[in-house]
Amino acid sequence: MSVATPLPHDAAALHVTGQARYVDDIPVPATTLHLAFGLSEIAHGRITRIDLSQVRAAPGVVAVLTASDLPGENDVSPSVHDEPLLAENTVFYHGQPIFLVVAQSHLAARKAARLGRITYEEQPALLSIDDALAADSRFEEGPRLFRKGDAAGAIAEAAHVIEGVIEIGGQEHFYLEGQAALALPQEGGDMVVHSSTQHPTEIQHKVADALGRPMNAVRVEVRRMGGGFGGKESQGNALAVACAVAAHVTGRPCKMRYDRDDDMTITGKRHDFRITYRAGFDDEGRITGIDFVQYARCGWSQDLSLPVADRAMLHADNAYYLPHVRIESHRLKTHSQSATAFRGFGGPQGMVGIERVMDHIAHHLKVDPLDVRKANFYAAMAGASGGSIGAEKKPEAVPQTTPYHMPVEDFVLHEITGALVESADYRARRAAVARWNDANPVLKRGIALTPVKFGISFTLTHLNQAGALVHVYSDGSIHMNHGGTEMGQGLFQKVAQVAAASFAVDVAAVKITATDTGKVPNTSATAASSGSDLNGMAVKAACDTIRERIALHLAETHQTEPARVFFEEGRVFVGDDVMSFAEAARSAYEARVSLSATGFYKTPKLAWDRIAGRGRPFFYFAYGAAVTEVVIDTLTGENRILRTDILHDAGTSLNPAIDIGQVEGGFVQGAGWLTTEELVWSDKGKLMTHAPSTYKIPACSDRPAVFNVALWDRGRNREDTIYRSKAVGEPPLMLGISALMALSDAVAACGPGYPALDAPATPERVLAAVRRVRAA
Amino acid sequence: MADKIHLKMTVNGQPVETLAEPRELLIHVLRERLDITGPHIGCETTHCGACTVDLDGKSVKSCTVFAAQADGAEITTVEGIGSPDKLHVLQEMFREHHGLQCGFCTPGMITRAWRLLQENPTPSEEEIRFGMAGNLCRCTGYQNIVKAIMAAATEMNAAKEAAE
Repeated sequence: MSVATPLPHDAAALHVTGQARYVDDIPVPATTLHLAFGLSEIAHGRITRIDLSQVRAAPGVVAVLTASDLPGENDVSPSVHDEPLLAENTVFYHGQPIFLVVAQSHLAARKAARLGRITYEEQPALLSIDDALAADSRFEEGPRLFRKGDAAGAIAEAAHVIEGVIEIGGQEHFYLEGQAALALPQEGGDMVVHSSTQHPTEIQHKVADALGRPMNAVRVEVRRMGGGFGGKESQGNALAVACAVAAHVTGRPCKMRYDRDDDMTITGKRHDFRITYRAGFDDEGRITGIDFVQYARCGWSQDLSLPVADRAMLHADNAYYLPHVRIESHRLKTHSQSATAFRGFGGPQGMVGIERVMDHIAHHLKVDPLDVRKANFYAAMAGASGGSIGAEKKPEAVPQTTPYHMPVEDFVLHEITGALVESADYRARRAAVARWNDANPVLKRGIALTPVKFGISFTLTHLNQAGALVHVYSDGSIHMNHGGTEMGQGLFQKVAQVAAASFAVDVAAVKITATDTGKVPNTSATAASSGSDLNGMAVKAACDTIRERIALHLAETHQTEPARVFFEEGRVFVGDDVMSFAEAARSAYEARVSLSATGFYKTPKLAWDRIAGRGRPFFYFAYGAAVTEVVIDTLTGENRILRTDILHDAGTSLNPAIDIGQVEGGFVQGAGWLTTEELVWSDKGKLMTHAPSTYKIPACSDRPAVFNVALWDRGRNREDTIYRSKAVGEPPLMLGISALMALSDAVAACGPGYPALDAPATPERVLAAVRRVRAA
Repeated sequence: MADKIHLKMTVNGQPVETLAEPRELLIHVLRERLDITGPHIGCETTHCGACTVDLDGKSVKSCTVFAAQADGAEITTVEGIGSPDKLHVLQEMFREHHGLQCGFCTPGMITRAWRLLQENPTPSEEEIRFGMAGNLCRCTGYQNIVKAIMAAATEMNAAKEAAE
């Protein structure tokens, strides 16, 4: 069968020869115009005068648009209509688009965009979490609160209490392909848009509103993105709307691609967080009560910040049972880029909070942090993985619940952790690290094992739906379309494998086609790790419909039951007769049987009240664990990952090669977030790290020297997902937390104090932490 | 037209002639004037390597080379290394060992690795790590890219031995 097979990426042969087309590679008519934004150069202020005379006079400029020139709605927000495409009277961050240049070439547009003369009346800018708190500048009326039991009471009675705070930096997506869009005006005012987006339906919706037309006048096509990571869930709206509006105004095709500096300056990033904690625990480190306060710096517009901050709360427990817990979340409005979706969507920040607590408890009790983590794990459940449970813990009859009162029924981390401790030789290596640190005064090593439990489903329940459109042609070839987008994660290949399995044909018989709002409508973003789960099921439903029609037809012509028509290895068996799939398709066509079907899927079992913080927001959890060993130079703070071992649960993987790629890439991206990737703003709110010269993502030379990655061979989703697989897009990113905790362990070897290492743990922060623990 | 310069180059074995502005960058000439879109524009500041091409036997970031500097040069882009119907062994290994996800960095990776394996036909893993450090990938974590290059080196050396 084509599922559970490590097939290469569907477009690999095109990628390795440079033939795979991205938006900027699509051949365009010679009349195509190119766009660039003129940007705000202050963080907050009223615009008193806009002088664009030099812009209009610049060579190659065809048109210049400001907010008042727009034909329809001036909004590109994915949520609450608070994000104008072009600033109106006030600017809210340094880098906000104010005017749009339409020119003969990309370079002409960019050069002209620098010639705008904007006069401002500057107003005070709220840049930091402290600024926003002092001004009570926030989204929603006040903080959100999740509560279970009596946290304050439990902490008061605890044998031990710790408290602390961790600052967690944001992260630039740095998709290799920057944001891009191309709009092609059609007859009657219709618009076709090619966009590098994870959310074609959103682009369609925003373009339609901007043109004052119904959604049926706009068709959006996405063949692929050069990386997304959440950064193309809402951040492509501005470019697509700008192109469509300019195309509407000029009647010519319009293309826009952000130069990298503009991309980093304009678009939102991962939310930076501050998390404070106060935890009570027993002598074994078992948490009895805990109180978290999470502060998210959301930037100037709401974008997706509410569900991001919700998901941070939803992962404040990570893998640990918290009997008495209180989680308070502040969504702060600041004069900075509007922080947005980024792989993990708040989950990583919430998880870093509790992993810090585990590390801090272990330091307090002078025990191995792994033992504290294991002592706090959720109880093992019989049947959690569809198999037997590990020997380490006896299964509980009643599942324990999360801070949002959801029973944890599929907890498999006892087994995964047990297996990883063995395969990574954790205990012996911890002893070796201790010996190394006793013998070496300058270079100190550290090691940490951290687990991941990540909730799978959109927390906005209605988004958990997907559609598909499948055609079988009379020659037996198959045309597959669904609402998911391809950003490199291998979704198209995994879903094609599902389609091929339904008809029992070779995957090469399935034509993968670009995501197209004209084929499958009302789609959700390809996000929340849900791509394969949702679209795989929708495609399977469509394929099964067609297969059943063919089976019914052949049963009739052969005087047998449809249940006795078998599809196997590209052939169809009916009674004593056997024919190729193509012959079966041809026969059905000639009998006037429809060979086209839609498929639809909605995730079952979900019921979630985000205000009460109660219910079942997730269909299931994905799990994994990582052991990372690092070394630091105590004289400079310089550090390096020496070795990482990962065991990850992808359920019954649809494509183990693609899934391992997600795990490896996710870990490196997560480790980058927490170590080298530092965003720095000036005290005027200007992003100073707006290019790869100053913003450091991991390079080939930074990856762990030893990197052992495996999928858990006993993984099987206990819930009825597509072929019992599990989502794998986001969860592995959080395996990178092991790198931060290993650095904390190395710093802790330098002196008696607790490192309290903030993220990203740059050499500067590591060095400061080394000094701190020595001074304690 | 007086301010334009007349360029003659050999690109992927074919002689080409084109006009370009004196300050025009090689990547723009390749993509916009010659319709060679394999080399991609990633960062435009020499850091990401998506625009890597081979210029007179050296890997260069074509986003920071003036087209004028390439006058008379021999240039190879990813398109010149192989085609979907006839993959170079290095391309085949990237496909087989899953050395790509979104694929945007891949043309630069292949072009750089192609030159690296000529500079050093038997690189160690360590030498690949540093030899490829100028090409960024945000998806794969590099593991499979290194594997693909190692596998290609092995295959190419075996083929060379068989031929001798």
